[in-house]
Amino acid sequence: MAQKAIREADGMRMLARLLGEYSDGRYVVDDKFVSVGPDTNVAALPEQHPWLVEERLVVKPDQLIKRRGKNDLILVDVPFDKAKAWIEAKTKAPITIHGAFDEAGTPLDEGTFGRLTNFLIEPLVKHDPSDECYVAMVSTRDGDEILFHHRGGVDVGDVESKALRLHVPVGQAPSPQEIESALLREVPPGKRAHLAGFIEALFKFYVDLHYAFLEINPLVVTKDAVIPLDLAARLDSTAEFAVGKRWGKVEFTAPFGSSPTKEEAFIEELDAKTGASLKLTVINPEGRVWTMVAGGGASVIFADTITDLGFMDELANYGEYSGDPSEEFTYLYARTILDLMTRSKHPKGKILLIGGGIANFTDVANTFKGIIRALREYKVPLQDGRVKIYVRRGGPNYREGLRMMRELGHEIGVPIEVYGPETHMTKIVSMALKGGM
Amino acid sequence: MTTTATPGQQPRTEPESLHEKPPFELFDKNTQAFVYNNQVNATQRMLDFDYVSGRATPSVAAIIHPTGSDGLSKFFFGRREILIPMYKRLERAAAEHPDVDVMINFASFRSAAASTDEALDVPQLKTIAIIAEGVPERDTKRLTIKAKRLGKVLIGPATVGGIKAGCFKIGNTGGTIENIVESKLHRPGSVGFVSKSGGLSNEEYYTIAMNTDGLYEGIAIGGDMFPGSTLLDHLLRYEQIPEVKMLVCLGELGGSGEYDIVEALEQKRITKPLVMWVTGTCSKAFKTEVQFGHAGAKVGSEAETADAKNAALRRAGAIVPDSYDDYGEKIKETYLELVEAGVITPQPEPEVPVIPMDYAKAVKEGIIRKPASFISTISDDRGEELMYGNVSISEVFERDLGLGGVLSLLWFKRLLPAYATKFIEMAIMITADHGPAVSGAHNTIVATRAGKDLVSSVVSGMLTIGPRFGGAVDGAAQMFSEAFDRGLSPQAFVDEMKRKGVNIQGIGHRVKSIHNPDMRVSIIKDYVFKHFGSSELLGYAVEVEKITTTKRNNLILNVDGAIGIAFADMLRSEMTREEADMYIQLGALNGLFVLGRSIGLMGHHLDQKRLKQGLYRHPWDDIAYMLD
Repeated sequence: MAQKAIREADGMRMLARLLGEYSDGRYVVDDKFVSVGPDTNVAALPEQHPWLVEERLVVKPDQLIKRRGKNDLILVDVPFDKAKAWIEAKTKAPITIHGAFDEAGTPLDEGTFGRLTNFLIEPLVKHDPSDECYVAMVSTRDGDEILFHHRGGVDVGDVESKALRLHVPVGQAPSPQEIESALLREVPPGKRAHLAGFIEALFKFYVDLHYAFLEINPLVVTKDAVIPLDLAARLDSTAEFAVGKRWGKVEFTAPFGSSPTKEEAFIEELDAKTGASLKLTVINPEGRVWTMVAGGGASVIFADTITDLGFMDELANYGEYSGDPSEEFTYLYARTILDLMTRSKHPKGKILLIGGGIANFTDVANTFKGIIRALREYKVPLQDGRVKIYVRRGGPNYREGLRMMRELGHEIGVPIEVYGPETHMTKIVSMALKGGM
Repeated sequence: MTTTATPGQQPRTEPESLHEKPPFELFDKNTQAFVYNNQVNATQRMLDFDYVSGRATPSVAAIIHPTGSDGLSKFFFGRREILIPMYKRLERAAAEHPDVDVMINFASFRSAAASTDEALDVPQLKTIAIIAEGVPERDTKRLTIKAKRLGKVLIGPATVGGIKAGCFKIGNTGGTIENIVESKLHRPGSVGFVSKSGGLSNEEYYTIAMNTDGLYEGIAIGGDMFPGSTLLDHLLRYEQIPEVKMLVCLGELGGSGEYDIVEALEQKRITKPLVMWVTGTCSKAFKTEVQFGHAGAKVGSEAETADAKNAALRRAGAIVPDSYDDYGEKIKETYLELVEAGVITPQPEPEVPVIPMDYAKAVKEGIIRKPASFISTISDDRGEELMYGNVSISEVFERDLGLGGVLSLLWFKRLLPAYATKFIEMAIMITADHGPAVSGAHNTIVATRAGKDLVSSVVSGMLTIGPRFGGAVDGAAQMFSEAFDRGLSPQAFVDEMKRKGVNIQGIGHRVKSIHNPDMRVSIIKDYVFKHFGSSELLGYAVEVEKITTTKRNNLILNVDGAIGIAFADMLRSEMTREEADMYIQLGALNGLFVLGRSIGLMGHHLDQKRLKQGLYRHPWDDIAYMLD
């Protein structure tokens, strides 16, 4: 329900299929490339795509990775067997990818660790590096912005400061003349008209198909052709009901390095089955502080407060349930968290925060039933792990809900401290963390 | 506005109504709204708020029900019930209610943009709240520009809306009425609040109520990347409202809306004290990019982090706590300073009108009771499964209870043994029809041929059932059991009836005789004598028949008599005498005949329809006209 990144292959395919429509057939993008996924039999690909063994190739991962060039993740000008071997090598073990580099090419961050699974193989397009340029379009509050730089490629550098910009107000589309005068000043005159026409069509494509971001780098521009060599994009996924058919098959994929754990995947599955919302991100499975918070806004604030009070290293998860999930779903959700948090012991014991603001109309006692069922089931592991539970919640029928929680504490012999709306929402965080244990 | 020209002066404009609001106020105590889509609960909640706020008029003028038709809908306004008009078309509603200037748009994400567009074109509508989550960003951007051009305000999308304490409430804002009163939203305070999150607004209103003299107005702009109005838009409105003495704002990571506030603080466009916190400081704990609950809550650059925003706000002069934990305390400190400085003078609390609890809620909580208007003891459709008495419908089939079993459960509230349920089924089968010539079938046929429907035609036949047709089942059972119970010998019974000049019910047949027995009667007699534990009444009737057939050989026990009397035998075996008699008096036996014969009557109706029989007209020559 937001702007979501798509794979380069999906974006390229859409561009190849539809750009002609937005330019009266004047611009054609070739979709001569092959996607490789975790289940692709790479050796068998040439049967369907004979050009793979006839041409020189370019191979690169297709997993929303920025700075592929700097990370040495683009293999250029190789025959098929080299491409195949490279993919095999890259998928064998997880790797670290960096998001920022200094001038000398030294990484500036600790990087993201993850596994490469998806690749693109395309024919090498021989071109002069001076024909490479950069174009991007991004949605802003009062319209869209087109960014252009007459140099492109992996060494384009800080486009934010270098690129020329053209602001397009909501509901308008720039003419080729406007594009030329605002963006193409540095482009050789012989190429300008041709390129302006391409950008004009690309912008129509971008707006009409509800793109929120579209970047082509490099865009190879010669006197008689415009060839996008690399593409990154985000679509506004809420527009799926309107233009989903035009998009065709599009995968909203998680960025590199964030492949969900088994438990996270299970909660994602639950989330998909209900109209309610269930979210789980495990940040640090060895962390001491676990959260199970009602409401999207409140859940962020609980995680914030743990961080702000200086316990970021102890924060185990980000967890949220909202939209009135059924007792069964709440039970399964709570069970997953209890299971994760009781797998290992911590010398100081662990903390579970069952938090939430003042609900609008959700019956608090009802939503607690599923959680209570799970707590009862994990009675022994909770005792063994010296888990202390803090509850804070308000809203319809909250008194009954809090009473149930209080009684449960006595029943299962696990310390449960219970607070209502008169206690500031996040006070249980400081009570739990600063109260000493 | 009306224009009046006074001699010697320029024409000057005067407010037509005394309620004219300044442009920075979206709502007042007279503001009325359209609710787009038939949101019964949200509408009632708005009206409940109106009542506790002491509004004279309901805040909902009409409901736009695009998939329904024009009409009226009933709601509570405090203790009394009122009618709120419903319109299919917004245009029509606007024409009928020219004073309405707010629309609360509950349309789904699919149609929210189109309906908001339509509302923007209605000149009188100045403020439109869009509740739906998932409106495409490009649609919202287009609507935002259009609203700005027209000088209108959009709230949302993806929001619960907002509330102006004691004046006007958008939809479901503020939660239950108890919460509204506890958070003091029924009367104005001095705090102007704005946040992205609608889900947290209850929490914030309560925090404000606990730490200050309460909320003046609170708006949740919604969690989208490009909301229709921004945090700053509302803060700038509050800046202009004299009654608002302090500002409270809750921002969020992602986007750049908070930097507009920083700029406004630096440019002194915001001068009132602003307590603000930006949530999402935890994002640094995540290794990869995280999309939190809201569409806009995603960090694209360092500047979009909560830490960077909080720092920038602090530098620009906002009162920023160290963590959300101190948010309430900062609000309190700021408020107390304003009280000390004499900027705010706390007001006495007004009396809160009590809203009667909803009946359904009171019942649920077990705090009221009321005698029921109806009682039913035979079936229950409320649970998981339909129940006939204490037997579930699946058990009826598992145990193969048959029609006789179902009838015994529903008529006699017990499951009769197999011999009895089988007998019930036999009785229904035997009474199902008796040809087209008998009065019931005849009437049904005539009615059917007059073009009447099934129910009318069958009823027409059914209405002939009574003392002369079909009624003998009942009559025979009563007459024979009474004589038997009085200890009359069969001979004495026959004699008594003869003396009284009364025909014995259940005795006699038009064509059948002792020599030409009615097979239906034989079947019943055979079954009863073979399977019934007690058949004393039927035995008695057979003795009576022996006497009557000596007088005339067609004075046999007929089928009505046999069924009725055998049924009385069965009931007496399975329940107390009193109960058995009660069922006969209540008409159970008559019911058995009606039930059986309805099968035949429907058959005749279907038969006539199938044969496309035309209107029946009785021939003149079959009627003796004797007018003299």
